Amino acid sequence: MLEVTGIDAGYGPVQVLRGLSLAVRPGEITCLLGRNGAGKTTTMKAIMGLLPLSAGRITLEGEDIGRLPAHEVPRRGIGYIPQGRRLFAELTVAQNLEIGLMTRNSPRHVLARVLDLFPRLADRMGQRAETLSGGEQQMLATARALCLEPRVLLLDEPTEGLQPSMIEAIRQVVIRLKSEGVAILLVEQRLDAVLSAADRVVFIENGQVRETAGAVDLRARPEMLKRYLGV
Amino acid sequence: MEFGPYLMLAALEGAVTAAVLALMAAGLSLVFGVMRVVNVAHGEFYMLGAVLAFVVAGMAGGGALGFVAALVAVPLIVGALAVAADVTVLKRVGYDPERTIVATIGILYILQQVTLMGYGPDARPVAAPFNQRIALPWVEWGAGGPSLYWPWGLSITSYKLFVIGAAVVVLAGLWVLMTRTRIGLVMRATQLDRETAQAFGIPVERVYALVFGLGAGLAALAGVLIVPIQQAHYLMGGDALLLSFIVVIIGGLGSLPGTLIAALLIGLSDGILSVFFSPTLAKIVATLLVALVLVFRPQGLMGKAPR
Ligand SMILES: Nc1ncnc2c1ncn2[C@@H]1O[C@H](COP(=O)(O)OP(=O)(O)O)[C@@H](O)[C@H]1O
Ligand SMILES: [Mg+2]
Repeated sequence: MLEVTGIDAGYGPVQVLRGLSLAVRPGEITCLLGRNGAGKTTTMKAIMGLLPLSAGRITLEGEDIGRLPAHEVPRRGIGYIPQGRRLFAELTVAQNLEIGLMTRNSPRHVLARVLDLFPRLADRMGQRAETLSGGEQQMLATARALCLEPRVLLLDEPTEGLQPSMIEAIRQVVIRLKSEGVAILLVEQRLDAVLSAADRVVFIENGQVRETAGAVDLRARPEMLKRYLGV
Repeated sequence: MEFGPYLMLAALEGAVTAAVLALMAAGLSLVFGVMRVVNVAHGEFYMLGAVLAFVVAGMAGGGALGFVAALVAVPLIVGALAVAADVTVLKRVGYDPERTIVATIGILYILQQVTLMGYGPDARPVAAPFNQRIALPWVEWGAGGPSLYWPWGLSITSYKLFVIGAAVVVLAGLWVLMTRTRIGLVMRATQLDRETAQAFGIPVERVYALVFGLGAGLAALAGVLIVPIQQAHYLMGGDALLLSFIVVIIGGLGSLPGTLIAALLIGLSDGILSVFFSPTLAKIVATLLVALVLVFRPQGLMGKAPR
């Protein structure tokens, strides 16, 4: 579905990703693991077209999307939940969702479906995003991405700083999307939250993929976690 | 004239200044707010508005019709020119905050010199479409209670009232555009987080071009409105730019309500101090206000402190 092949990318003169490749399949959760600064967020930004590629290709169902203008990438059906949520802080919950709906001109019933998944947001539509609690903000960031009915969903550390009940709520939604056939790329620090749900794990270090393993292999060879993550 | 009517006259003159200034500063503030671009050429868009008003009004045969033609066409022409400047210059320097300052200084000189070559160094007027003198009443507390009378010299022209009214209508329209429409939502999202806006399908470069054009169009509109009162001259942009910066700094960069309040403050103090004391004192007070704001409230009256 989403194929990243040998990409180089970075920030201006600073190259971060070096020949990075990975694939995300429909109905599967691919988990991107690596230490802080390994290049996980950078990989997500490169997929979203927010960083120029100096080499390599990114394709979505065969279409080359690696060199589209950044605003065209989400219109192909890629929903992005950035690290740190990146809500439009001064806009209301409803306006943040409206921007998600506008991305691909989603029909109105999509909003009802999304609010079904996150009923707490439905009660807070007129509230400014910056006044929500951390968990509610993460729900809003997730809901905003779901408003474009994504085929591929990128989640960058969605459980960072959340209490367990919120983590569980987010996890349930991710598993549900997986069962609906969405291709999911997940960056997560909390291994316990990941290992039970992931289908495939990609370890990255210094902007390069070191190893790709199926979830079953990983359970058989836990020493991989120690080597790449130090846990 | 007694003090009261005299003060009212000064305040009305100040309100005209405030109206024009508010339009211009709103454009400057919008451009800075959304694009983080300090547009040093903003005063030249105002000047172009005034100069082109002379040209367009002449082409349309002068008179009231000529003025109306200028009022409609000139902001559009100047806006289109600004869009072209955005796409050919500002986009090329990547909207970098420092490099856009240098780039807009370049645009300033180009616009000024081209105007000098094409239009010449003379100041020229455009006739107001209507210009009746309206005498205003004042209340007098006589022996038999309050009564109205019409002091000699207390009057305003209908055109000046029109300028105030037009500014109110346009600024209200701008407010509705920013807070109630989709395009306003898109502009605000771009302002709040450019990268995330892109990740949700917002073509930020097109938004920037639109905002730059809208900002310049507001300055040009202010220029058209002012020519029947003040003549069009190729150097008129400098003072206007300075006053707009003063207003925007006092009001808080990027805040429309702050811009309005500051424009009223500066316009009224300018009108009143100029009439009672001297225009120089008015400028001194305005500059002092900026200094006070910068020291005690650097983010401006209505601006938000950086997080
Ligand atoms: N805006 C930026 N400009 C320059 N370098 C950056 C920027 N953002 C991240 N980096 C660098 O890129 C590398 C990878 O960062 P990142 O992708 O955020 O790591 P993580 O795996 O923790 O998400 C780090 O060395 C970081 O310092
Ligand atoms: Mg990261």
